[in-house]
Amino acid sequence: MPKGRVSIVVERCKACGFCVEFCPSHVLALSSAFNSKGYHPPHVVHPEKCSGCDLCGMYCPDFAICATKVDPAGHPAARTAAQPAGQAAGQTMKKATPAKGGSK
Amino acid sequence: MSDILNTDILDTDIVNPVEPILRSDRIPHIWCPGCGIGTTVNSFARALVDSNIDLGSLALVSGIGCTGRVAGYVKLDSFHTTHGRAIPFATGLKLANPKLNVVVYSGDGDLSAIGGNHLIHAARRNIDLKVICVNNLIYAMTGGQTAPTTPDHSTTSTNPYGVFEPSFNLPHLVEAAGAVYVARWTTFHVRQLSRSISEAFKKKGFSFIEVISPCPTLYQRRNKMGDGLDAMKYYKEKSKVRHGAPTGEVGLTMTGEIIVGKFVDRDRPDYETMMRSQFRESLGERFVEQTEMVCS
Ligand SMILES: Cc1ncc(C[n+]2csc(CCOP(=O)(O)OP(=O)(O)O)c2C)c(N)n1
Ligand code: SF4
Ligand code: SF4
Ligand code: SF4
Ligand SMILES: [Mg+2]
Repeated sequence: MPKGRVSIVVERCKACGFCVEFCPSHVLALSSAFNSKGYHPPHVVHPEKCSGCDLCGMYCPDFAICATKVDPAGHPAARTAAQPAGQAAGQTMKKATPAKGGSK
Repeated sequence: MSDILNTDILDTDIVNPVEPILRSDRIPHIWCPGCGIGTTVNSFARALVDSNIDLGSLALVSGIGCTGRVAGYVKLDSFHTTHGRAIPFATGLKLANPKLNVVVYSGDGDLSAIGGNHLIHAARRNIDLKVICVNNLIYAMTGGQTAPTTPDHSTTSTNPYGVFEPSFNLPHLVEAAGAVYVARWTTFHVRQLSRSISEAFKKKGFSFIEVISPCPTLYQRRNKMGDGLDAMKYYKEKSKVRHGAPTGEVGLTMTGEIIVGKFVDRDRPDYETMMRSQFRESLGERFVEQTEMVCS
């Protein structure tokens, strides 16, 4: 039974490999698939080994991956379960409108 | 590299804890693949979340450079100042509104070259600022010119035959100038960095955290040092944690050991405290303590 679960926002990833390299349980690998910018995002190859430590999430320079601990039923533990569903990372992306001006 | 993208695992009901700190609509950001700046922001955002700091009382000020772009990606009151002037801008903010927690987030070039005088004088005056210096050992944004931090013997666009001038040891510089908190980590040390940032928030006075960070595009490529991940592996292999190390001994070289840790943690009155006590002493009854700052 996995103790953690990973979420990946594929379109943010730039395939640096930090998450793959520093996952202590070797849960991740870069896939051969492309995202729309041409990068190979990681995917989970050993879900059963994930501890939910979120080190992958801490290392990611692109805020593209994160993980959470899950209860025995596989539900995300306290921190994320408390959040309204609409605030999920993936959905924030979809709702986002492009920034107008202001950026330098 | 494995073959398929296992999309079953992509989980959108898991919330990235740093999301509330970011301007999500501006991401993906402009930083290169393998650039370490995003990882430092990640640790910073986690420090804010973990230390439960009131985001409304926080202001973040950046100078110019790749690191300077941080101001545009955080969902905080933030300001992207001119090159080298993050510290004077932040000093003004802090003096006008002493209750603000003011963070300066900028690059090695911005803070120690064009902004070098502001850095030493803010440390000397012990202005209550939290300075996060992303040290990628180069002027990255403008094309990889030699910075005051570029290590001896490395090659840059302005030293194509190798750097021969001695570089600044930033922890030593700011300690000598008077900083009350000085730490150094690399982007490999994500948890320790986050903890140091939380700790700096509890200090009153000039705090300086240096983060050694990869610049694969403009520093490493010219020096045949591989990509961002190679830099991370180098940090992992060559870093030694030495809390309390004399800062005079923590200078960086191109490929040698990187001493990391908390080097300085001391207390002395900050600028505002010294100013008030001086006014009280010399003006006596005539000095009116202004407790609430009204900004309109
Ligand atoms: C007054 C002024 N001089 C020079 C520049 C050009 N300039 C922009 S960024 C930069 C160097 C930035 O280096 P650093 O602070 O290390 O940031 P990095 O890009 O490495 O993160 C320089 C010289 C400028 N913008 N303004
Ligand atoms: S949460 Fe920890 S164990 Fe799971 S993939 Fe991320 S780094 Fe690996
Ligand atoms: S750390 Fe982030 S950007 Fe790098 S490969 Fe993993 S998900 Fe992609
Ligand atoms: S040029 Fe260097 S510092 Fe700037 S974004 Fe690219 S890797 Fe990062
Ligand atoms: Mg730099």
